[in-house]
Amino acid sequence: MTTTNGANYKVIGTRPIRHDGIDKVVGRAVYGGDVRLPGMLYGQVLRSPHAHARIRRIDTSKAAAVPGVRAVVTADDLPAVEDKRMDLGEGVVRLKYLRDNVLASDKAVYKGQPVAGVAAVDLHIAEEALALIVVEYEVLPPVVEVRQAMKEGAPLLHETLTTKELGEDTKNKSNVASHLRHVLGDLAAGFARAAVVVEREFNTATVHQGYIEPHNATAMWSLDGQLTIWTSTQGAFAARDQVASVLDHPVSKIKVVPQEIGGGFGGKITVYLEPVAALLSRKSGHPVKLIMTRPDVFQSTGPTPGSYVRVKMGVDQSGKLVAAEAYMAFEAGGFPGAEIGAGAMCVFSCYDVPNAQVDVYDVVVNKPKSAPYRAPCAPQAAFAVEAVVDELAEKLGQDPIDFRLKNAAKEGTRRVDGVVFPRIGCVETLQALKDHPNYKIPLGPNQGRGVAIGYWFNIGFKSSVSASVNEDGTVNLVEGSTDIGGSRASIAMQFAEVLGLAAEDINPAVVDTNSIGYTDVTGGSRVTYATGWAAYEAAQDVKAQMILRAAKLWEVPADQVEFSEGSFIHKGSDKKLSFKELAAKLDDTGGPVVGKGNVKPNSGVGGSFAANIVDVELDPETGKVQVLRFTVAQDAGKAIHPSYVEGQMQGGSVQGIGWALNEEYYYTTQGEMANGSYLDYRIPTSLDLPMIDTVIVEVPNPGHPFGVRGVGEAPIVPPMAAIANAIYGATGARLNELPMRPDRVVAALQAQAAH
Amino acid sequence: MSKVHVQTKINGEEVEFLCEPRQSLLEVLRETLGFTGTKEGCNDGNCGACSAIVDGSLINSCLMLAVEAQGKAITTVEGLAGPEGLHPLQRKFLEHASLQCGICTPGFLVASKALLDQNPNPTEHQVRHWLAGNLCRCTGYDKIVRAVLDAAQTLRAGV
Repeated sequence: MTTTNGANYKVIGTRPIRHDGIDKVVGRAVYGGDVRLPGMLYGQVLRSPHAHARIRRIDTSKAAAVPGVRAVVTADDLPAVEDKRMDLGEGVVRLKYLRDNVLASDKAVYKGQPVAGVAAVDLHIAEEALALIVVEYEVLPPVVEVRQAMKEGAPLLHETLTTKELGEDTKNKSNVASHLRHVLGDLAAGFARAAVVVEREFNTATVHQGYIEPHNATAMWSLDGQLTIWTSTQGAFAARDQVASVLDHPVSKIKVVPQEIGGGFGGKITVYLEPVAALLSRKSGHPVKLIMTRPDVFQSTGPTPGSYVRVKMGVDQSGKLVAAEAYMAFEAGGFPGAEIGAGAMCVFSCYDVPNAQVDVYDVVVNKPKSAPYRAPCAPQAAFAVEAVVDELAEKLGQDPIDFRLKNAAKEGTRRVDGVVFPRIGCVETLQALKDHPNYKIPLGPNQGRGVAIGYWFNIGFKSSVSASVNEDGTVNLVEGSTDIGGSRASIAMQFAEVLGLAAEDINPAVVDTNSIGYTDVTGGSRVTYATGWAAYEAAQDVKAQMILRAAKLWEVPADQVEFSEGSFIHKGSDKKLSFKELAAKLDDTGGPVVGKGNVKPNSGVGGSFAANIVDVELDPETGKVQVLRFTVAQDAGKAIHPSYVEGQMQGGSVQGIGWALNEEYYYTTQGEMANGSYLDYRIPTSLDLPMIDTVIVEVPNPGHPFGVRGVGEAPIVPPMAAIANAIYGATGARLNELPMRPDRVVAALQAQAAH
Repeated sequence: MSKVHVQTKINGEEVEFLCEPRQSLLEVLRETLGFTGTKEGCNDGNCGACSAIVDGSLINSCLMLAVEAQGKAITTVEGLAGPEGLHPLQRKFLEHASLQCGICTPGFLVASKALLDQNPNPTEHQVRHWLAGNLCRCTGYDKIVRAVLDAAQTLRAGV
């Protein structure tokens, strides 16, 4: 179901077969794990078995002596460099932390942290050699929960880490890396005007992005210092830059060749294996391939931060929100850098609330260094805010969607972080839910309905595209954005729209870092927006060049040639050539036409709202929650390829369902993850779910040529709260801790019965 | 470790290989024989990315030793399409946009073929139950289930 905005597009809004589709259904597409080079060695990584330990000594001599082993590396093989602070597109990080996350030097701060790498002629020999590496650890007490880690006297992960308090270094040694605050209006005055105030506390577990493809990297270090890396990454340039920093090697000598990527969701931006593979290749003289095991993926790569959140909100007699306050502490993992700023930007952004304060903390704990996960830190915030909003609506006796509509953010609303919203689709998204037939289906016993809304701001950043016109009128489109979910199609379609071509006339190719201009990561819901915009610019460039060619051919001034309905037309005569006809004549008019588009949209990025209606049924005996119906409405601005927009909405929703009901890192008292497999870390299966009903709302983004808003992330923001509100509807019990496992549901029911 | 000689049939063609007794069928398919369409997601039987059909039964090739393939007939994703074109399942996966990243797609296609081979007219619930051993993190399964039901209909109609 799509609400169109009336624009008369020929390609945009249609559903062509994706260009890379055939390769992916016949098994021919080459993912990172499929890379194979002559003379290639296979590697494995030894990881810390302890959550917190000082590394006293590493002895690799026995491993190195195993027949078939070609190289062993540790942090000692990293070049000695001065520590520094760098911005690699994910916020400022210390180089030492980045390097220690690749190969631990003095300390292990989470179970699974890499300690050594081995390359051998086959994987099994590499595994046998790993077992022969001797590491002497001094085991230290771990801390794996955010509020414990913030306490005075908690074990310190980093002796040199001091708290940055509202931008100033306090010099206080602590696990609290930073504290940010946003203030809007007068909080105390706002609460003084409130007729009803609700304050609640929430906890959310650490969860993983859960992509099915394990991390992989293949590296070849040539004798001339040229380093080539084949990897499944969300950002080839980001990977190149990180490798350059970790290895102190110039970017001009590093080429990253992005392979097809089997899911990322934010988790395949950080480099883990790439520098280790590079060191092993340099040492062995062979290309080296590393692939993580599934436990490695869970224990050593980007989970999303667990959190403690406290939210207080007040409404006046008329039901208008007058004040809102949030305290949010996020677990960064072993090194600082949870996306706390993003959480602070999103927490109250669905609402027009004049007085607000947000305090947010980045706290290190003995867990894997967290990585972005689809709208990082926004879901934890929404879980809290949307439960409080639900309770306020209930206390006022109002329909939960009506209450949200009455308080919805709109154009001109100032967010707590100071930003004034441009045209947004919060109201339209809520209205689409209100109007949906699923909102009116009668419920049965033990069933409940919940609603919630979430926001993600989306990012712009840098993108490059180049376009070569073929003589048959097709176009080879070269781009730097790795395609995780159909973006070859959505980029090509925007290009085709400008020139009156069909999607099938475009041959998109994702290329290596030496073959296209800088392109930021496939993340932040930016690709269809920014790389699509670069494609639009490249198409405009092609059009301008082709107009000159037509003018030359016809021997008329260029300003007498215009492009309309897919053809070049001489104003004032009947001369007319279609794009394809003119493409066939390029040789006669000066040779190849190559267009380019390079963009870095700083303003104009349009945020997106996603909202849910969820119906659940509970088994009061076992506490099992079954999702009966799930509806997601989202503002896409303009849906370029509606099937893939729906796909983002459905996929994000289901990740949210997993986060709500099943998923968590289960820790032992020693700080060890006890469920590092898909058997024990249970992501939703097809059997757990209904169809996911989608409503694409289109409130065009004025900051994009076609009105696009990125859609990838917002859908994961509201489901946890919507499900919690549905459970409340079914039982009268509010669950404030994720996941809402059967035992917690049963406990909540028992507590309620005891009242 | 000395190697074992194995004779098998893969996607209708006779194939011989040497493998170590400890090697999984998945490892040999991918690393020795180059059938990299069969994917590794977990290597412990929980994700289904390595699904293959062996003598008519759907298996996780990471849980089967390569030596056990002796005398057996194996179908991988590479065996679904022929010179005449895509298998209806492949076509419907494309039409329904049932893949996003595509890493789980070969496993889903092979598992779905195994389902339709024995049940040409499954209900939505039967499709969901059968495919519960194949994990997809991108799509939420909606468009996969729809494609399988649509492909079943197409196959029944003999198109």
